[in-house]
Amino acid sequence: MTASVVIPPAVGLILGGLILPMLQVRLRWLAVLVLPLATLLLVWQVPDGVSVKASFLGYELALVKGDALSRLFATVFAVMAFAGGLFALNQDRVVELAAAFCYAGSAIGVVFAGDLLTVFIFWELMAIASTLVVWSAGPQARGAGLRYAAIHLLGGVLLMAGVAGEIAANGPAGFSKMALDTLPRWLMLAGFLLNAGAPPLSAWLPDAYPESSWSGMVFLSAFTTKTAVYVLLRGFPGAEPLIYVGLFMVFYGIVYAILENDMRRILAYSIVNQVGFMVTGIGIGTEMALNGAAAHAFTHIIYKALLLMSAGSVLYMTGKRKCTDLGGLFRTMPLTTVCGIVGALSISSFPLTSGFVSKSMISEAAGMQHLASVWYLLAAASAGVFLHAGIKFPWFVFFQRDSGLRPDDPPWNMRAAMIFFAVLCIGIGVLPGPLYALLPYKVDFVPYTASHVVFYLQLLLFSGLAFFLMLGWLKRTLTITLDIDWFYRWLGPMLARHLDRVVTGVWNGCVSMAKRGARGVPEGIQQYLGPEGILARSWPTGTMAFWMTVMLAAYLVLSYLR
Amino acid sequence: MNDHWLVRQSTIRLLWIVFAVVLAATVSMDLAIEHHPYFGLDGTLGFGAWFGFVSCVAMIVFAKALGAILKRPDTYYDS
Repeated sequence: MTASVVIPPAVGLILGGLILPMLQVRLRWLAVLVLPLATLLLVWQVPDGVSVKASFLGYELALVKGDALSRLFATVFAVMAFAGGLFALNQDRVVELAAAFCYAGSAIGVVFAGDLLTVFIFWELMAIASTLVVWSAGPQARGAGLRYAAIHLLGGVLLMAGVAGEIAANGPAGFSKMALDTLPRWLMLAGFLLNAGAPPLSAWLPDAYPESSWSGMVFLSAFTTKTAVYVLLRGFPGAEPLIYVGLFMVFYGIVYAILENDMRRILAYSIVNQVGFMVTGIGIGTEMALNGAAAHAFTHIIYKALLLMSAGSVLYMTGKRKCTDLGGLFRTMPLTTVCGIVGALSISSFPLTSGFVSKSMISEAAGMQHLASVWYLLAAASAGVFLHAGIKFPWFVFFQRDSGLRPDDPPWNMRAAMIFFAVLCIGIGVLPGPLYALLPYKVDFVPYTASHVVFYLQLLLFSGLAFFLMLGWLKRTLTITLDIDWFYRWLGPMLARHLDRVVTGVWNGCVSMAKRGARGVPEGIQQYLGPEGILARSWPTGTMAFWMTVMLAAYLVLSYLR
Repeated sequence: MNDHWLVRQSTIRLLWIVFAVVLAATVSMDLAIEHHPYFGLDGTLGFGAWFGFVSCVAMIVFAKALGAILKRPDTYYDS
């Protein structure tokens, strides 16, 4: 009955994104702020079940299918598009905002997709739009954007192969929980995990995201990895390999972020780290763990965007992104500092911030399932998050030494976006009820027990103690840390150059030999049969008579000797 | 340059003292609070404190060792 009136929520942002570059500045600002809010309204008008269908190549597509999980992700995506748009209002490169809105719309398309083909269509739209966001940063982002696109197209191929195999085996079907028992399903899982930043190909994330503009990375941090979390939650809840993949991601993010000097690359590594917590939760697979993963995706989008807005503001005002160039900015950027600290405390799951009410559900679920090693590793990782992002980011950017830089806080729209998200971080942390009400399963979890709060305070504060005691070991250097991308950024090109040199050498050798041969034949003919050639020149009769005489004389001598 | 109150030596000393008091307070709270450990080790006194500290030191040492092998100048891919 409601099917005829439901407008696909993805449409507004995608179409709006496409017309955005054609609008006048004021109208564009209005559109940037109104479109996400209108999308939010549309999200909340989607009923449970399939409400919009379409026919494509003989397949019935469920373009819009609603439930609590879809609405949760679509809600935070729309809120993110609003705050990101507000933050990026003064971005001169209009293409970036246009691409970012198409990107956000496609992400909403994925979370409302009721079948695997629809997931794939919006999945690829996301890949294209997000590549444009990276590229719109300018010429220096071209290489990273190309690598980003190549990896995501590879992910798309894996996903398409999986979807095609699944449809061939089981016919066109919806998108719901699948057992990991066939090759196509493993391929789909690989395609999903690639977007989540899982090993072995996680390097695309810290490679590409920090090359985007000061506003571009705010959008990029939100959609790709979190739609991946969504599809894993929908398609593979309780798949045990995800526990190990997630734990690897958690520690990979921490270790690489500890070694990193670029403030936005630190935050990029910490995206992998945080998504690792969610993937672990999905692997655990109980209602509490899945609620925790979904809630953590929701809170993560907000505090990570806040951290990147804070870093983006520093980049916008100073043009610098390396910790070795920064420091002491708290003097003149107080609001950016405070908002950065709120984001940093939230990502560290400090009590009274949003991360605390979501992440602790995942650890609790591991404990309740008696997964001892998982629980201990998650506890160690929670301390590690405070170490690599919670203190490291604000300390090296806003405090440590005085860099001599005296930038002001950024323009009003950027400040407003940061304040909005900082308020949300603390609001959700203090009053988690409304977030819990949005979660897919009934929440039976009380985050604020004395035991819980004291445990997390101990974990985090002693992590802080370790940070300051070992500050000498954490001193920043002008270095990067090699990753799997070394194979396609260094080894591959190097082999290609060598191969090029070898093939060119062999080719040149063959060509010169052929040339020499071709030149030698007429030269030989010329030498022996030409006008001066020994076989062609005229011989004087006297010479012939002389040699005849010599020959006859020799014959006579020889006959006497006999 | 270093005239901001937050970077004065006296303030930093005070912050360390406050930090030490807070650290001691969070550990001593374990005596008053009843924990519900899932396993065994997580029920020990000040578990969060020592476990958090030790795991952070371990992660820093591991990162440092990995960095010794995998760190390169940040112009590595530019050349």
